[in-house]
Amino acid sequence: MGVMDYNIAHMLAGGLMLASLMMLYQKRLYALINIYALQAFLLALAVAWQAALQHAPQLYITALIALLFKALLIPFALHRIVARLHIHRKIETVIGTGPVMLSGMALVALAMDVMLKAAAHTALLEREDLAFALAVLLLGLLMMVTRRNAVSQIIGFLSLENGLILAAAGTKGMPFMVEISIAFSILVAFIVIGLFLFRIRERFDTVDLRALDDFRGEWRLAEAFSGEPSYESGDEIS
Amino acid sequence: MNFDAVSLVLIIPLVAAALLAVLPEYKLSSRVNVLASALTLGAALSLIAHRPPTTRYFLVDDLNIVFIVLNTFVGFTTSVFSASYIAHEVETGKLTSGLLRFYHALYQIMLFGMNLALVTNNIGLMWVAVELATLSTVVLVGVYRTPEAIEAAWKYFILGSVGIALALFGTTLVYAAARPVVGAGLNGMVWTELLPHAAALDPALMNIAFIFLLLGYGTKAGLFPLHAWLPDAHAEGPTPVSAVLSGLLLNVALYAILRFKILFAANPHVIPPGPLMAVVGLVTAVFASFMLYPRYDIKRMFAYSSIEHMGIITFAFGIGGALANFAGLLQMVMHSLTKSAIFFSVGHVSQAKGTQKMEDIRGLTESHPLLGWGLVLGVVAIVGMPPLGVFMSEFLTLSSAFARAPWLAAPLVLALLVAFGAIMRHTHKMAFGPVQGSVKPSRASYIPMFIHLAIVFAAGVFIPAAVAVWFKHVAKILG
Repeated sequence: MGVMDYNIAHMLAGGLMLASLMMLYQKRLYALINIYALQAFLLALAVAWQAALQHAPQLYITALIALLFKALLIPFALHRIVARLHIHRKIETVIGTGPVMLSGMALVALAMDVMLKAAAHTALLEREDLAFALAVLLLGLLMMVTRRNAVSQIIGFLSLENGLILAAAGTKGMPFMVEISIAFSILVAFIVIGLFLFRIRERFDTVDLRALDDFRGEWRLAEAFSGEPSYESGDEIS
Repeated sequence: MNFDAVSLVLIIPLVAAALLAVLPEYKLSSRVNVLASALTLGAALSLIAHRPPTTRYFLVDDLNIVFIVLNTFVGFTTSVFSASYIAHEVETGKLTSGLLRFYHALYQIMLFGMNLALVTNNIGLMWVAVELATLSTVVLVGVYRTPEAIEAAWKYFILGSVGIALALFGTTLVYAAARPVVGAGLNGMVWTELLPHAAALDPALMNIAFIFLLLGYGTKAGLFPLHAWLPDAHAEGPTPVSAVLSGLLLNVALYAILRFKILFAANPHVIPPGPLMAVVGLVTAVFASFMLYPRYDIKRMFAYSSIEHMGIITFAFGIGGALANFAGLLQMVMHSLTKSAIFFSVGHVSQAKGTQKMEDIRGLTESHPLLGWGLVLGVVAIVGMPPLGVFMSEFLTLSSAFARAPWLAAPLVLALLVAFGAIMRHTHKMAFGPVQGSVKPSRASYIPMFIHLAIVFAAGVFIPAAVAVWFKHVAKILG
């Protein structure tokens, strides 16, 4: 593998991580979806590049799925959903861009430190792909816990999944790559259809679910004490 | 490919699912569902007598055959329960025949997914199978389409997806560790290829892989801290689904963790997986036992009890050694049987009373004697009263914990006592005292419930020598 080959793979994987970091501070949903589409596009390129480097034709299928499904179809559907749910004007107050970005950087540092050491005996490219993938995964999780809106929570999950595909594609000769990316596409399709059919706007949080908790008949004790419905805080710890 | 028993265990549910998806009449399709589950059980039982050879895709050994037989057995009894349960749901208009077609087909797909996860010899295929089983249960949980059911399904879906994602990363890392040793391609994902080379796998990668696998599959097994989906999913879905979730899906996730535990324990340079599992299990058990007290919904209470039991089982396997593994295995079987029996009873009770709120369910033994006493017996079994099966396994877990790590046994005792008190307190009020709510008789199928309870009672008093020898052998495999 030439230096140039390696540099391109490195740049594409790094681009994925950069897109994840960019998502963290987006306040508007359309911008968020667009950056997700960009990340999926970069993923398609990265996987295709791996296919060329590893001479693994089945990876081209994975790349194609990433391009058509994740970079085009899903962002398009999400745009439609956002318009349908009338949340396109919504400005999300993220916990605070500063702290989130700082935690994001800390997670990237953690991922690099852990993975580069743990994978010290593997090939250079594979090691870096795994490290970038872990960073993307952790950033996706961070996004899922800091956002209130169901759509942005889902995008957090989708970006997390991009990291997984990157890791799997970067690990040489990984079997079931096509099956795994199809399985994930079905999962993602389920999620998007769920959003669409059930018009889920807010994520089902575990912190202030007061309105939703009322359904479950779990608030009676507190009601007896305070005279008004409230929920039991002990129930939901995640 | 010839039709051996392994392929039958997989093909029957698939064919049945396709058939059930088109059958319009729910009475017929619930019978087909029972028949298909019975045939699958038959195929699984034949695996005991005749083991098919291990291939790169399928593996039947002493460990997973316990799970396969248990899985198909509870799948079968639940389908019998489901037939009488849904008949009531159709009468009350909660489910329509279109939804039921969907329901029955997904029930079989779920069984297919779980069976595939159990018989596969391949960690990648196992991952896909667990995902399939999860997806089908998500839809089953949301089948009532009430706001609560959709919320529960969504929460289960999101947490389950995160779990499945983490498990895939763990699987990728295991493969990355295996590739230099076993070689690239399919072999790097085959259990029987990985295990002989376990000692040569890169320990640093394996350490990180186990964290992800434990968290990922642990989400499915309802382990703390990613258990939040479990009570909602149990409470809001149809009760047969609660029964298979508690009785089967949690076991399948646990099976995945156990397989990986065997692999990781075979490598002396890796951080031993046992202590990690013991700690996670213990925290789960203690947490869930305290969550049992402030419950108002009967299905939620038993869902928390499932979390508690999963914690105890994980703890037992984490402690390891012949005795604790034996206890964990026994407890897993007993918990599956008892908990599904309880859900069979709870399902009919909540239908008869028209509510899941424990406050409105009173005097069951008087208004519905069979259901009420069935529930009481199930509860007596699940809290671990002697001489029942769960008592024996919990006693063995405790005694081996005292022998190996006494300071871990104290919180376990606490968890057991708290859970005992909480469940007994709630059940006492529901079962005895003046009757409240509807007294109209329920047309329940009592047979599945009492078969399960009979096995649990019998196991507490007497375990057949052959079964004991077998379990001991499995306990030895588990290390």
